[in-house]
Amino acid sequence: MGTKEIVTGNYAQSYAAKLARVDVISAYPITPQTTIVEKIAEFVAEGKLDADFIKVESEHSALQACLSASAVGARTYTATSSQGLLLMHELLFWAAGQRAPVVMGVVNRAVAPPWSIWTDHTDTMAQRDTGWIQVYCESNQEVLDTTLMAFRFAEREDVRLPAMVTEDAFYLSHTMESVDIPRQDEVDAWLPRRPRSHILEIGKIGRLGSFMGPDLYMEFRYTIAQAMEQARRAILETEAEFESRFKRSHGGFVEPYRCDGADAVLVTMGTATSTAREVVDSLREKGRKVGLAKLRVFRPFPAKEVRELAGLADRIGVLDRSYGFGYGGPAYLEVAGTLAGGPRKPLLRDFIGGLGGRDLTPPVIEGMFDALLAGNGDGDEVTWPDLHRAEEGV
Amino acid sequence: MTRKPLRYVEDIPGGPFATVPTNEEGTAGWRTIRPVIHLEKCTRCNVCWKFCPDVAIDFDSEGFPVVLLDFCKGCGICANECVPKAITMEREE
Repeated sequence: MGTKEIVTGNYAQSYAAKLARVDVISAYPITPQTTIVEKIAEFVAEGKLDADFIKVESEHSALQACLSASAVGARTYTATSSQGLLLMHELLFWAAGQRAPVVMGVVNRAVAPPWSIWTDHTDTMAQRDTGWIQVYCESNQEVLDTTLMAFRFAEREDVRLPAMVTEDAFYLSHTMESVDIPRQDEVDAWLPRRPRSHILEIGKIGRLGSFMGPDLYMEFRYTIAQAMEQARRAILETEAEFESRFKRSHGGFVEPYRCDGADAVLVTMGTATSTAREVVDSLREKGRKVGLAKLRVFRPFPAKEVRELAGLADRIGVLDRSYGFGYGGPAYLEVAGTLAGGPRKPLLRDFIGGLGGRDLTPPVIEGMFDALLAGNGDGDEVTWPDLHRAEEGV
Repeated sequence: MTRKPLRYVEDIPGGPFATVPTNEEGTAGWRTIRPVIHLEKCTRCNVCWKFCPDVAIDFDSEGFPVVLLDFCKGCGICANECVPKAITMEREE
């Protein structure tokens, strides 16, 4: 066993990067991410981590530096948040297309305007189609463990895709929790050096970012889709391997909680899950049959697991901590889309909440269960509970 | 150089990368006019070489410019910049 430390979610990311013995880190500071890379910079400066820390002038350059290093075989790590992630947008596609298994910590923060440094999932949800694996964490332990796992599944020869490990701003990033930090030799044994699957090699002619015409571009994109399909198995296998070594797991793709015989299940992501779990316990004590499903992996999207949920309850609600200005929040759209093609059609409701760091309190979440249980198919499919309005019912 | 052409999903080499340098891939397919150098007017000043945005001008053993037609896209910058007007742009047949 390693040591038990009291650390923030951000330091959990930093410790994981150190334990993974990353070769190259490149990042640009942004609240509330900054302390992740500050701590890593300290590790490098003190000689505790033998890595190159490349300082750059923007997040766009930070990711490019990681991509170049990754192309020659380095294990690379970066971290960002909100506007920084948006600035990386172009290169996020490059990372997946180049098949660079960069691991990135993202602290979920609201997007401006107006400026807000508090949590919200809009930043990473806006990147859901870039080809990155996305895992949303609920606790600091999960942040550390998932970051370690991310290196392993992202770098697998049959995957080679970049991975984001996200944590909610402040609820995790700056909140201290007790975290088991494994010993270096334990991690070394479990997470060896990056496999030699990189694309550029000294002494061999190689050219990155070549041109493809209409005769083959589509086939090329299909190879990324295939890799994302492979990632399903890789993520589950990695979690099983992690559990056998470190005796911890975090629920795979979708973790159901008290869904047995449930009339209604609420799908949550990130830290809202912890509050919702308390609400489920208290409602179950009152005899109300409700359950919870923690949606942990958003890319690849767990279609099979979501369809299994539909077999557990006839009413499914989704709590979205972001909104897409189309038709509901992104998590809802994916859940609903998945179920539309499946055999069972539960009643579906989308709850938009917790934007810009608004607390998702137990009464608010209880209200979502109330609405879900009362719903008869009429009424609004997508609602914004806990919206401050001058008059009730306007 | 002969290479196996890529045709299927299975041919894709695990990333958008190539194992041949760019100078082995012709990039002049869309040219409609080509520069023709009239050596009797050429002063070997190298201005055409300096301005060519595609590095498509080379030199022969006597220092006269030679157009690399696998790379020249026919933009006409060399003809425009040539001081003694030794380059004319002529339509591709």
